[in-house]
Amino acid sequence: MISYPKIIPASDSALIVYFGDIISYDLHRKVFILTKYLIDNPKNDIINIHPAYNSVMVSIEPSSRLSKTQEYLNKIIHDIDNIEIANEISEVEIPVVYGGEFGPDLDKVAQHCGLSIDEVIKQHSSAEYLVYFIGFSIGFPYLGGMDNSLDTPRLEIPRKSVPKGAVAIAGSQTGIYPLSSPGGWNLIGRTPNSIFNVDNPKESMLKMGDILRFKSINTEEYEATFL
Amino acid sequence: MSLIVLKPGLQSTIQDLGRYNYSHFGISASGAADPLSLKIGNLIVGNKESASAIEMTIIGGEFQFDSECYIAISGSEFEASLDNNYITNQKAIDVKKGQILSFGQAKTGARAYLCIQGGIDVDNYLSSKSTHILSGIGGYLGQPISKGDVLSFGINKNSIKPIIFRQLLDMNTSKIRVISGLQNNFFDDKAWSSFISNPFTVSNSSNRMGIRLDGNKILSNIESEIITEGVPLGAIQVPGSGDPIISFVEHQTTGGYPKIANVIIADIHKVGQLKPGDKFQFNLVSKEEAEELRLEQMSFIKNLKNND
Repeated sequence: MISYPKIIPASDSALIVYFGDIISYDLHRKVFILTKYLIDNPKNDIINIHPAYNSVMVSIEPSSRLSKTQEYLNKIIHDIDNIEIANEISEVEIPVVYGGEFGPDLDKVAQHCGLSIDEVIKQHSSAEYLVYFIGFSIGFPYLGGMDNSLDTPRLEIPRKSVPKGAVAIAGSQTGIYPLSSPGGWNLIGRTPNSIFNVDNPKESMLKMGDILRFKSINTEEYEATFL
Repeated sequence: MSLIVLKPGLQSTIQDLGRYNYSHFGISASGAADPLSLKIGNLIVGNKESASAIEMTIIGGEFQFDSECYIAISGSEFEASLDNNYITNQKAIDVKKGQILSFGQAKTGARAYLCIQGGIDVDNYLSSKSTHILSGIGGYLGQPISKGDVLSFGINKNSIKPIIFRQLLDMNTSKIRVISGLQNNFFDDKAWSSFISNPFTVSNSSNRMGIRLDGNKILSNIESEIITEGVPLGAIQVPGSGDPIISFVEHQTTGGYPKIANVIIADIHKVGQLKPGDKFQFNLVSKEEAEELRLEQMSFIKNLKNND
């Protein structure tokens, strides 16, 4: 039987802490607390922290031993319910122009889901989303909370370039492109906001643990609020 | 003090030992693909081992210097010449004002480092000078250098005494050592036996983000996806296609493919010397052995600095 939390080597210079084997808000809170604790109490041996849904991986300094960090993590996770961290969770509203040139795949998503365009917009902008973590590529938020009725498979041929701020759907996930990059998600809209601060990532608009809502705006508002 | 890029080569970037403490923002470390060679080259010119240098890939560049400086080349042999006089790797060389340093093609391996006393002087981005091509950050404008770029160097004068080190590093890439990965149990004995016994070929679509492997399909008998989790440097991910990918210096910080194995840190420099078409095999070692080999490699560098 597997009991959680557990810590195992991920490589000869990385350890991973698993808090469970599902995606849930409870596990997210533990991931969040451990990640915040490690960021707020930096230790020389830990040189990178990779939070995800149900796990936190850490890379260690190559001249250190894994056992030292393993003991350190063990102490923290066994006391994790008593750790108090500054609650910096924000509720963030992201304005989005849906459809048209800003969301060239909106029609396709509506057709695939058997919904009208207005219904897709309403559904997408009425839900509350959780930023589980930032990962994969620079500034990319993993969002949970999209309604299943909007599930749409990713594009067969990815675009060579997707603009910064594009709001998109792939499978059962919705996301925002923090920077311009190639991408295979269905583009349903675009936000004028910069969700990721390249010069100072700590000051980014969207952070791990934040609660997010999309707000439908028109193109005039888009031009006016361009940040 | 600066140099002008007359020819950039196939893909030349500014690299140090990487950018740390930002993977929770989706930014992997990047840094030299062959960190061992970067360290040696730096020590030979009296730099800290972490100083920034020019990393060249498969086809080297051509550079003209506007002032006298002290350089060393490390990593693969790229048939380098200074004003048409052949020069060897791992040797400190005095360059005079106006001289032209040219590199040819890699004879073996894939990457060479041009280390200059004082390091390459570009702004730090998030406390590193490493270029992360995929993210478009760091180094010179976040991308490989181009013809006509002017790179300053030599600002960070420091007091480290240059070392002499002519011994060739172990660059034999025919065997790469691994430990079992986080999802090693997704692969049955047959898959494992094929993974360890049969050679892989490095695919053309390999880059600093991932070394893609062909010629030996490894199929999971459980699932081809897991709940997305952290990806360590050197993780060997196996997507549904069965063609493994070694997560390299610009790897994605998290991923959802099962990881059969992980290249040991002491062999990461060899991964940096793999080029498309190369054939090699994986050798399985224990986690304890992998850690000892890593610590040995770190003390080897430390001793080089101290003994001189």
